[in-house]
Amino acid sequence: MIQAILVFNNHGKPRLVRFYQHFPEEIQQQIVRETFHLVLKRDDNICNFLEGGSLIGGSDYKLIYRHYATLYFVFCVDSSESELGILDLIQVFVETLDKCFENVCELDLIFHMDKGGLSAAPARAVSAVKNINLPEIPRNINIGDLNIKVPNLSQFV
Amino acid sequence: MALKMVKGSIDRMFDKNLQDLVRGIRNHKEDEAKYISQCIDEIKQELKQDNIAVKANAVCKLTYLQMLGYDISWAAFNIIEVMSASKFTFKRIGYLAASQSFHEGTDVIMLTTNQIRKDLSSPSQYDTGVALTGLSCFVTPDLARDLANDIMTLMSHTKPYIRKKAVLIMYKVFLKYPESLRPAFPRLKEKLEDPDPGVQSAAVNVICELARRNPKNYLSLAPLFFKLMTSSTNNWVLIKIIKLFGALTPLEPRLGKKLIEPLTNLIHSTSAMSLLYECVNTVIAVLISLSSGMPNHSASIQLCVQKLRILIEDSDQNLKYLGLLAMSKILKTHPKSVQSHKDLILQCLDDKDESIRLRALDLLYGMVSKKNLMEIVKKLMTHVDKAEGTTYRDELLTKIIDICSQSNYQHITNFEWYISILVELTRLEGTRHGHLIAAQMLDVAIRVKAIRKFAVSQMSTLLDNAHLVASSTQRNGICEVLYAATWICGEFSEHLQEPQHTLEAMLRPKVTTLPGHIQAVYVQNVVKLYASILQQKEQAAETEAAQAVTQLMIDRLPQFVQSADLEVQERASCILQLVKHVQKLQAKAVPVAEEVSALFAGELNPVAPKAQKKVPVPEGLDLDAWINEPLSDSESEDEKPKAMFHEEEQRQAKHRLPEVDEEELARRREARKQEQANNPFYIKSSPSPQKRYQDSPGVEHIPVVQIDLSVPLKVPGLPLSDQYVRLEEERRHRQRLEKDKRRKKRRDKEKKGKRRHGSLPTESDEDIAPAQQVDIVTEEMPENALPSDEDDKDPNDPYRALDIDLDKPLADSEKLPVQKHRNAENSKSPEKEDVPVVEKKSKKPKKKEKKHKEKEREKEKKKEKERKDTLSVNTHTDTAPKDEVVEPRREAQDEEDEDQDQEKKPSKHKKKHKKEKEERPKDKKRSRKKLLGSEEAPGEPVQNGALEEGPLPPMSSYSLLAENSYIKMTYGIQGSLQDSQVTVSIILENLSGSVLKSMELSVLDSLNTRMARPEGSSVHDGVPVPFQLPPGVSNEAQFVFTVQSIVMAQKLKGTLSFIAKDDEGATHEKLDFKLHFSCSSYLTTTPCYSDAFAKLLESGDLSMSSIRVDGISMSFQNLLTKICFHHHFSVVERVDSCASMYSRSIQGHHICLLVKKGENSVSVDGKCSDATLLSNVLEEMKATLATC
Repeated sequence: MIQAILVFNNHGKPRLVRFYQHFPEEIQQQIVRETFHLVLKRDDNICNFLEGGSLIGGSDYKLIYRHYATLYFVFCVDSSESELGILDLIQVFVETLDKCFENVCELDLIFHMDKGGLSAAPARAVSAVKNINLPEIPRNINIGDLNIKVPNLSQFV
Repeated sequence: MALKMVKGSIDRMFDKNLQDLVRGIRNHKEDEAKYISQCIDEIKQELKQDNIAVKANAVCKLTYLQMLGYDISWAAFNIIEVMSASKFTFKRIGYLAASQSFHEGTDVIMLTTNQIRKDLSSPSQYDTGVALTGLSCFVTPDLARDLANDIMTLMSHTKPYIRKKAVLIMYKVFLKYPESLRPAFPRLKEKLEDPDPGVQSAAVNVICELARRNPKNYLSLAPLFFKLMTSSTNNWVLIKIIKLFGALTPLEPRLGKKLIEPLTNLIHSTSAMSLLYECVNTVIAVLISLSSGMPNHSASIQLCVQKLRILIEDSDQNLKYLGLLAMSKILKTHPKSVQSHKDLILQCLDDKDESIRLRALDLLYGMVSKKNLMEIVKKLMTHVDKAEGTTYRDELLTKIIDICSQSNYQHITNFEWYISILVELTRLEGTRHGHLIAAQMLDVAIRVKAIRKFAVSQMSTLLDNAHLVASSTQRNGICEVLYAATWICGEFSEHLQEPQHTLEAMLRPKVTTLPGHIQAVYVQNVVKLYASILQQKEQAAETEAAQAVTQLMIDRLPQFVQSADLEVQERASCILQLVKHVQKLQAKAVPVAEEVSALFAGELNPVAPKAQKKVPVPEGLDLDAWINEPLSDSESEDEKPKAMFHEEEQRQAKHRLPEVDEEELARRREARKQEQANNPFYIKSSPSPQKRYQDSPGVEHIPVVQIDLSVPLKVPGLPLSDQYVRLEEERRHRQRLEKDKRRKKRRDKEKKGKRRHGSLPTESDEDIAPAQQVDIVTEEMPENALPSDEDDKDPNDPYRALDIDLDKPLADSEKLPVQKHRNAENSKSPEKEDVPVVEKKSKKPKKKEKKHKEKEREKEKKKEKERKDTLSVNTHTDTAPKDEVVEPRREAQDEEDEDQDQEKKPSKHKKKHKKEKEERPKDKKRSRKKLLGSEEAPGEPVQNGALEEGPLPPMSSYSLLAENSYIKMTYGIQGSLQDSQVTVSIILENLSGSVLKSMELSVLDSLNTRMARPEGSSVHDGVPVPFQLPPGVSNEAQFVFTVQSIVMAQKLKGTLSFIAKDDEGATHEKLDFKLHFSCSSYLTTTPCYSDAFAKLLESGDLSMSSIRVDGISMSFQNLLTKICFHHHFSVVERVDSCASMYSRSIQGHHICLLVKKGENSVSVDGKCSDATLLSNVLEEMKATLATC
């Protein structure tokens, strides 16, 4: 199960926050902040998994994240999800955004919170990926092919 | 009105939309909070307007603000307004806002029920979709109960888009309203074979999620999933299924055996790393469940380890991480195969990635041995020094302690070394784990008697340097070790070299800056120390010195009396008075030492952590009963109970303080070194450890010792524990030499003159003798502790409620008594009329669909009446008094569930045996063992609920009939109510390498019991077995017997004749057997209602008999299950540890039982229309129970 999807920028500003389990607002912000601090200090060339620990749930949960240009995409999932699968899911999610906004950049997320059902996009991407028969989208035949090309996200200053 | 509309739209032009809000926030970076509060005011204004578009816009902005962390719960009602907008664009905003801000505590949520129901049945699939998506986020138990039926209908919607969402949301509904699981499950199961892959995958997801929590209820789905696994090409689905199998295999080892092959194939064939990884994971789970003696699986382990090694060696950090993760699972059961990759894992310890280092640390835990412990810990200690972040360092610290303390300090050969490691760890700045170190110090000092002297000397040094540990606030966490240090010094004060000095150290004014709970320990142990000093002085007749100590106490104690901490204050003032009293006595020259030390006489032994829980409740004590009736609420609410003793600790844990900069640290370190160098008590005060070594026999002659002794103990800059490592190496070397010498001597004696050649013998773990003769004191348990080990389960687990047996209605729903009962009761309630109404309401879609649905509905009606009952109740629950309707129903269901639980077991097991028939019965025993073993396996998945039932050993109604080298026969007997007949099922298993054919069973009939033979055959003819058996195959044949009197057990002699044919030819073989018809086999499981049961008992024409069996440890639940299973009874009613049971013989005798469980015994009272039958059945039951 995916417990939360957090998208924030390099400065920890939340850009898209979705919790699938209720937390009061201040806790949500705290989770975003803590997650941000956790992922911030990690180099780009180390592994994309983090033990969530105290953040959400407990030891059963993991943070799986990817860093694109100025944005961090963090999924908090429990042990029933395949780690490598979620990494691909993030990729598909970003690609979906890319398709929605044509060359997605952080500004798109900021200004089009409501557009194109973005708010529901995570859920949609989740279902999209889970539905597709993988062979149809050649890129995902290897869920876990980690050398997928990262879409060009224009740098946002 | 029109004007208002116009005005509204003009207003809107000036309203900010979301973009403006975002832009505004970005433009007001300095005073963001102010700007936002201004915006919120505007939004409040907008919400007051009637225009729905304005409201939607306002809510949309609120959604954004919510994401930024602003509370929008005040707008809940407005959100509901927007949700009910007719336009989809608005509705969607409303649902989005609701899904983000609503939760179970939102009170207006109950207003949404009807709106959501309307949206769910909306003709537009998008309305339905958005309602489903929203509902999934804020569903409450009430909503779940009220809407369960609507959502279930949507599961068969024509559009896959809706079906998929409905299936997914059912999971949330189950969580909130567990009663819906059973009725909805059949349909959910259907969805596994939905033509749309999306729906199918959703169903797989939901079932996997359910099964993960309560795997045992989903075992019956294994074949279905197995089919899916072999047929599906969707990797997502495959991964889920494979993960699910990982959870199921521990419960069903046979499943594991079947899985290995397809999984191995997948591992070899797939190119998807994720799938490969999950396969490896599940294979590991299978291997864990099969771990007991399966030599031929070593290939699979090798394959796994080999694949994982590839992952770990990969340059991709993600794969490396996962590889290590999976490796740690193998470690638990197959440590040997992992240990061979030690090099690789130690290498990962140096990885720059923290997550990977942590995983590697986990693995280290299983890799230590006596031999390499010191070496590994040394390596970790260097990491501790280097570690940059506190989290990683703390993790290292806990790992070091874990590794060293694992399985009762099994790997520690030298406890002095360990103590010094602990002391070194206290030098860590800012760690949170001070209490861990403290706990270890205490544990070791208490349990390893030999080490106390050394520990005390180290602790007194620590106390002496307490200011280093306690002074800087950064070390807040670490000051916990002072707690241990003081206690050890106080408790074992007889070992102190300079007690007076330590006493002074403990009475320093600095101590008052420590946290309260530590000060309290200080105060307490000061007295202990004081007592022992007093005794020393008095024995030495140094009265003045003794009085001086007393004076010191009186001078210093007041600082504690003034403490803000109550505990410290109280203890200090008590003790101060005591000491003052002592002073008076001393002035009169009365010897007091004896009496003062008598205060602390006796030894404190370690107590097992679970000991408190295991103290059995004495008879007649009801812990839940009020001692005094509670006072009125108003008074008791004012004062909430405070956690008096834990508060301090929590506070500490909470604020972690910033670290000091490097310079400061360096300076402090220098200061500490200086301090240690100048400190006369540091190390020197302890008896030099070498002395001990010298004591060991025969060592003195070895020159190494002298060299050893000349090594200066205080090497500046070299950490203490390193010396131990070196000493230990030398000690081992000595030991080896000594051993060699002895060996040599022996050899010389044996064969003089013959030279010994060959290398030094390699050192194995067993060769290393511990440095100290350590007796590790085991932890105490209360005298008559209960043996149960069920206290680890969390009673608050939300998934426990979903521990519901799903196979039941399919197996023998008609047979279940309570259901019928319930059906009868249901007919009174008006739901049947309700159902069609709902259908009409919810079904505007096309006729075709309607027809289809009605068909389906009819099918279901037949299939599960009871499921309808439960759900259809919900259809009319909008009305206010719904709870009155629902509540009793739920209770009824609960009862039913409980009863079914008891009833269920037999049928389930019967089923199992049917499965087993295909398998070789030989495996039966083995797999049973494995099942038991696997229950204790560490990798056990979450198994909630079923708290009262202990693990129930698999039962078999089949017992051995006869066996020879060709064939093995096992048999079971079932009674049928017709014509006084019993059916004997015989499983024939071919054990030989030849084909068995022309099998014929002949039985010598008795007067009472006859075998039913084909018409026209004589009494002496055998009955042919209708099949042949190829080698290794087993099959079941059934034979019917007619019985006249059933009150006695019967034995029939018989012979099985057959032809065994192999390559060399055919031989005639025979096997004799005795069929034993027990009285229980004439009984049939017949349900009975409690009222009928009561009438039966009242009728008075039953004869009575009773038995009693002692020494039963099995849980009552299991006991009942056993009786039900072996003796064909059913439970009528169960209250606590008392149950009434009923059964009926094939000739219509009623047998009623009352089973009571006492402390260790079970008594069974029986009533039956035939006394002989009853006494025989009870005798048989006694035999069964005796094995419990």
